[in-house]
Amino acid sequence: MLQEFLPAAPVLLVLLGGTIAIIFEGAVPRLVRPTVQAAWTLLVLLGAFCWTLYGWTVYQPQLTAMNALTLDGPAQLAWMLLLFFAALGALLFAERRVGGGESPFAPNASAVPSSQVEREAIAARQEQTEVFPLLLFSVAGMMVFVAANDLLVMFVALEILSFPLYVLSGMARRRRLLSQEASLKYFLLGGLSSAIFLYGIALVFGYAGSFYFRDIDLAIQANAQSPWLLLCGLGMVAIGVLFKIGAVPFHNWVPDVYQGAPTPVTAFMAICTKLAATMGLLRLLYVALGSLRWDWQPMLAVVAVLTMLVGSLVGLVQTDVKRLLAYSSVAHAGFILVGVIGAVTTVNGLADDRVGSVSAILIYLAAYGLATMGAFAIVTLVRRSGAEATSYASWAGLGRRDPMLGVLMTIFLLSMAGIPLTGGFVGKLAVFAAAWNGGYSWLVLIAVVASLITAGFYFRIVWVMFGQTPNSETALVSPGVGTQIVIWVGVIGTILLGVLPGPLLDIAINSAGFIR
Amino acid sequence: MDNSIPLLTVLGVLPLIFSLIAFAVRGRAGKHVAFVGSLVTMVFGIWIFFAAASNDFSEMVPWIKAIGAWYALSLDGMGRAMVLLSVILVPIVLIAEWTLDSKQTDGHLEPRWGSNVFGALALMVEGFGLFVFMASDVLLFYIFFEATLIPMFFLITGWGGAKRGKAAMKFLLYSLAGGLIMLFAVIGVYAVTAGAGQPSFLIDDFAAIAMSETVQKMLFVGFFIAFAVKAPMVPVHTWLPDTAEQAVPGATALLVGILDKIGTFGMIRICLGMLPGASLWATPLVVVLAVISIIYGAVLAITSTDLLRLVSYTSVSHFGFMVLGIFAFTTSSITGSIFYMLAHGFSSAALFLAVGFLQNRRGSVAIADFGGVREFAPLLAGVFLVSGLATLGLPGTANFAGEFVIMTGAWPRQTAAVAVAVFATVLAAVYVLWAYQRVFTGQPSDEVKKSITSDLDGREKLVIGPLIALLLVFGFFPQPMINVVEQTAVTTMNVVGMTDPLPGSMGGK
Repeated sequence: MLQEFLPAAPVLLVLLGGTIAIIFEGAVPRLVRPTVQAAWTLLVLLGAFCWTLYGWTVYQPQLTAMNALTLDGPAQLAWMLLLFFAALGALLFAERRVGGGESPFAPNASAVPSSQVEREAIAARQEQTEVFPLLLFSVAGMMVFVAANDLLVMFVALEILSFPLYVLSGMARRRRLLSQEASLKYFLLGGLSSAIFLYGIALVFGYAGSFYFRDIDLAIQANAQSPWLLLCGLGMVAIGVLFKIGAVPFHNWVPDVYQGAPTPVTAFMAICTKLAATMGLLRLLYVALGSLRWDWQPMLAVVAVLTMLVGSLVGLVQTDVKRLLAYSSVAHAGFILVGVIGAVTTVNGLADDRVGSVSAILIYLAAYGLATMGAFAIVTLVRRSGAEATSYASWAGLGRRDPMLGVLMTIFLLSMAGIPLTGGFVGKLAVFAAAWNGGYSWLVLIAVVASLITAGFYFRIVWVMFGQTPNSETALVSPGVGTQIVIWVGVIGTILLGVLPGPLLDIAINSAGFIR
Repeated sequence: MDNSIPLLTVLGVLPLIFSLIAFAVRGRAGKHVAFVGSLVTMVFGIWIFFAAASNDFSEMVPWIKAIGAWYALSLDGMGRAMVLLSVILVPIVLIAEWTLDSKQTDGHLEPRWGSNVFGALALMVEGFGLFVFMASDVLLFYIFFEATLIPMFFLITGWGGAKRGKAAMKFLLYSLAGGLIMLFAVIGVYAVTAGAGQPSFLIDDFAAIAMSETVQKMLFVGFFIAFAVKAPMVPVHTWLPDTAEQAVPGATALLVGILDKIGTFGMIRICLGMLPGASLWATPLVVVLAVISIIYGAVLAITSTDLLRLVSYTSVSHFGFMVLGIFAFTTSSITGSIFYMLAHGFSSAALFLAVGFLQNRRGSVAIADFGGVREFAPLLAGVFLVSGLATLGLPGTANFAGEFVIMTGAWPRQTAAVAVAVFATVLAAVYVLWAYQRVFTGQPSDEVKKSITSDLDGREKLVIGPLIALLLVFGFFPQPMINVVEQTAVTTMNVVGMTDPLPGSMGGK
């Protein structure tokens, strides 16, 4: 019995770590609690990472946890990426120096903004250290989501990963009303999408008579035609996941939530949620619904085109860096979908040592994550009277005042724009190549045009930073150790991935096979 | 030759390393570091130029095995010429912009960038550019092709006129548009080679694969648009005058002298070298566009009221000549094009920098603001005239040799096009001499008397002297360099599978 669960230990470790962190809330004295919680969270994430790494070298791809989870290459790589980015996110959660000794989270999240209770909480230097266990629970949910072997587990995981995020989004220390609005919006729309997802599961179950991906696949293969019941189920399940990815037309929450949520949460959410949702979508589409490829490819192609165009065009008219990064994230969702649509895997004739859809998307997500994490870390450093200043006007001349910071931000933006010698370029190349090999060269052409439009707004920020007169009201705070680690890991990773992508690409290729 | 030291890599990396050092060393010391770096690169580059005649310096290392990308460098005749051009031009530009940090420019911003930044960025452009000219792997070519844009963007953003931000954006978006369309074609190369069994980005591997005509045409269009933007051809040339008007002349000289050559370089190396069938298919349209560029560029140069715009329109016209030579498919027309690329690099730089000297004195480049300058700065007038005559292709200058070889070579295949293009040489005389007349002769206005107080100083002579000397040397003795670049033309003709038309006396048409 225990043996059965051993390969899934990283997930259990994170869950257990989260539970113990809750005990800390009551057991550890208030003054040292933030430090203890942060250290514990990092330790748990690191431990889980090492265990995953160990498992990746030791275990054969297998079903584990009584067939609830699949432990195959993509799942393990996604786990490692999730844990890695979550650890970087946790560093930002714990950062206090940039806020002048204050944490980025509200002192008392349940207090009404600017009420007496809140003033007292600030005066008493209260802190909501619950954010750390919430982070851990969310990560656990994501890990289960990418490895789920049946639809029901997937749904439960979706809820586990979402709820902590709804709460975290509403906990910004500054501009709390905006933050709470974001939280509510995220919750309501997220709830709706979960309901649709659940309804879709019911329809698919009605068709296949099982929740297991393998059984669903077999049921589809057994029937020559695909009835409406199944197609509706497919569509609704896809909507649930596309909502989390932030694809058009299910993207409306993205800008508001990204802007309203505390920046560390935005960074964590932008990368880890997208990563988990994408890998979950891949498993769903390639494993359970692989035989329906001809049905979902055109549907997703429409979504991808819309996502790329809306993300890039609306991004052009933004005047706020955080909102811009939100639209950029929407556009990136579109580029990722381009790779998903190609659906080139070893199952349908890809040679073993070539880049296919799964490995391409893993690389893309890694590159996107590194750049996004770094960019959001820099966003936390630009402040006006203590609060983050994210409008273009307050970013003016940043690169002239602090060339180093300007160059670092530029590198992140270049990577997002897919300029060569950065990770973003390798990601784009791999994803587009996969789509072309899958017979979607026209989609690549549209993606290339969308890339150009996105380059327009990324370079607009570069121009704002280097080409405009510095804004004297904006202060550049010096980063604490945590933020510095995040920024430098981001930069080194981005360039390394851009110049020598070979090793990581080989790893991704070797672990790209789903099992069922 | 068995090299343990990868010399071509050293050549490309050398300026990049000096660039990083120059970034790190703040202030005037950094400026000196950058200049020393450019000199070291020049010496090494010139040595490579000569040594590559008898040695094969090719390097080939697998880079990203999974997608068949190679770190492959090699140097043929055309590459050697371009390397020579790049390594000579950069130190000259650095001397020309030596006083940039003390110069008053419109809309300048505080805090300014340090004195070291211009040189560091110029070296970065040089390093990336050298890699482009040496790459023999399409992906590697593409990567450095795009990478050159970033330092160039900052060179335009950093110094120059008040509207340079817009100009930099326009330059970047045009180039990126071309670049991303090229990315589409690059991915197509992967798809084609992967479809044939073994994915590879090597130019030689690709050329050996038989593919459908549609795919070939599609890829050709992708690559050609990128190169047409780069080499500014009508109708995608509009970014060049805008950029030249706003950027400092040194930056423009690098842009037009070195980076724009990547366009025509790519047409020969990639369009003709990899997709010969599609190149032949597209020839009628390309030739028409080239002729339009030649005439349209010349006419707009005549009507320009701004010296920098004028010089950039002359470049549009001259790039048209190069493209015409390339797509005329004779050994001598292609040889002429490559030779002209080299000559135009020097002549356009000389002209841009000479205009820069005027700008430094008068604070303006509008032709109407000048008149009678010759009285106060006779040497500057002479320099402008010589550079201008070189640009219009006066016999005895390198440009004449290039233009003449292109036109005689292209005549048998593209008689009509050459016949029209010849008129541009007349128009060239108009735009150069008329500009000279309006700027340097006539009655000087009070402002001119007030602002133009000095003739060329020692530093400026040091800038323009070598350029004019090179133009004359290559003009009177073109043969050695023609021998160098002819090798590329012969190879390209073999790939395309065309033979030179017979002269009329031997029974040709």
